[in-house]
Amino acid sequence: MDTTLLFIQFLNGMQLGVLLFLLAAGLSLTFGIMDFVNLAHGSLYMAGAFICASLTFWTGSFLLAVLLAIPLAALVGLATEYIVVRHLYARDHLDHVLATFGLILVFDTLVHIIWGSEGIAVPLPGWLDGQVELFAGVIFPTFRLLIIVSGLVIAAGLYFLVNFTRLGMLIRAGASNRTMVSALGINIQFLFALVFSLGAALAGIAGMLISPISEASIGMGNQIIITAFVVIVIGGVGSMKGAFIAALLIGLIDTFGRSYLDTIFKLFMSPVAAETSAPAVSAMLIYILMAVVLAVRPQGLFPPKARG
Amino acid sequence: MFSLSKNGRARNGWVNFTVLACTGVIPLLLYVAGQTFYLDLATRMVCLAIAAISLNLILGYGGMVSFGHAVFIGIGAYAVGIPAYHATYGEFDLIASYNGFLHILLAVAFSSLFALVTGAISLRTKGIYFIMITMAFGQMIYFFFVSLETYGGDDGLTIDARSEFPAVKLDNAIVMFLVCYVIMLLVIFAMYKIVNSRFGMVLQGAKDNEERMRAMGFNTFKYRLTAYVIAGALCGLSGALLGNFTTFISPEMIDWTRSGELIFMVLLGGGGTLAGPLVGAAIFVVLEEVLSSFTIYWHLPFGIMLILAVLFARKGLLSLFLKEDGDD
Repeated sequence: MDTTLLFIQFLNGMQLGVLLFLLAAGLSLTFGIMDFVNLAHGSLYMAGAFICASLTFWTGSFLLAVLLAIPLAALVGLATEYIVVRHLYARDHLDHVLATFGLILVFDTLVHIIWGSEGIAVPLPGWLDGQVELFAGVIFPTFRLLIIVSGLVIAAGLYFLVNFTRLGMLIRAGASNRTMVSALGINIQFLFALVFSLGAALAGIAGMLISPISEASIGMGNQIIITAFVVIVIGGVGSMKGAFIAALLIGLIDTFGRSYLDTIFKLFMSPVAAETSAPAVSAMLIYILMAVVLAVRPQGLFPPKARG
Repeated sequence: MFSLSKNGRARNGWVNFTVLACTGVIPLLLYVAGQTFYLDLATRMVCLAIAAISLNLILGYGGMVSFGHAVFIGIGAYAVGIPAYHATYGEFDLIASYNGFLHILLAVAFSSLFALVTGAISLRTKGIYFIMITMAFGQMIYFFFVSLETYGGDDGLTIDARSEFPAVKLDNAIVMFLVCYVIMLLVIFAMYKIVNSRFGMVLQGAKDNEERMRAMGFNTFKYRLTAYVIAGALCGLSGALLGNFTTFISPEMIDWTRSGELIFMVLLGGGGTLAGPLVGAAIFVVLEEVLSSFTIYWHLPFGIMLILAVLFARKGLLSLFLKEDGDD
């Protein structure tokens, strides 16, 4: 097997993995702390992409646009929390999914009204648009490399935030015992709003990072959100570490499955059979993985320790 | 539900009967009056109602929030489309047929099988896990059908000929509607029998308090799995009807937002009531039609209504007319 190609597919898998992590981290945070299920998390991803697209054309610079769009994405999250989500914390999960399903329809239509039905391709500055030679023979698009690096940096930042800051301490405390945190005099409503908009910002960043590659389009979040769900189901709902490991695992397995499954199948079946079955199996691969993990460990690979 | 006074029971019977009679008679009257379009709308409504009624068994009575129920509609529809495709274009002689009984057999068999396998895995989990897992299994089948280039992949497949039954021609719009309607009545009757049987009582008991049912010696997992398979099979049947009605099938029928719409129908009409899902399906189809004739942005008012309904009207519209237990 060609090792150069293998390495490049590894990087592609990493790129998908870090994007999934950015989405799964926000989902996992809101679930771990507020016990809230947000189907509309993919809409925040879409909002990030569209805001970034408009700002790129307005400012003329993609990087400046991203810097401006991150607080705006957080603001969209804050508004969503204030108007709808806040009133649902005390309800059951069924109410969460129904109301946020309604939110998806609202977000999709609003984007349709504001930006039209066509997807928007976001142009990259010249120095990001090229390719870099990592080492002899391995050439990889600069921007995709930037996605991987920024994803890992954000993951490290989140790790620091959750484990070594006062806010992180509150987040961890909120995840293990909400009632106790508020009994200790912490403004829990403010904490919830903060966490929700943090999740929105992370999802928005993922959308901004993908927009130059696959353009901002309506409903772009509705497919990837399911993959993000698979990530947190495999990783263990509410666990950041689990979300990170599972995101990279899913990114790599999905990418390798799509590129190498037919080669592997050809080892033990006819070429025709391999070529017809490989696409079907690789499309289902991550869901099969999820089923296997659940059959063995219904609570996911890294379930958070204390919940109450 | 089961401590109703004689008075309340009779009243609920009248509400259910009125709902059933209206959905059957009004479309036919409109058709006779020359409004043929409404009969199509009604057929679609009845097909969706069967799917919603089947979801109601696990969601309304069983408390299992499945967000992948549309997958069974897809399996049922492809169980009509794929044999018909091969009957027209050759290959796969084993299943190549226009025979409607074979189509329905395949639809129900594959739906039950898929429900059995995925149910056995996903029912090991609860709450939010269950929601996300059913969603993911639905998406798995979505991508499976997308990857099947032979049957149109993403673009879907036109069914060239409807299922053939002796003496019943589905190509006639009235016959199509009546077949769907009669099947819906049978499904509602079956649901009435199931819900009031010992099995149904255990299912509802496990929804209210699983610990208690387990302490009483019931294996709640088995009861839930059985309900999940029954719901899957019935929904597969509705998919076979819907495929025959639209004569076009595509992975889009399985998309998780379709499953969301089914949940919407069940809860809007009232989960855990016999006629509730039918009312929900009727409102959904009418809303879709009315709102989309006003504006292409009809999802906006629809979404806002959904959010408002969750925030302010939790028990479903039919509950305004039905008597609750202990009220009198």
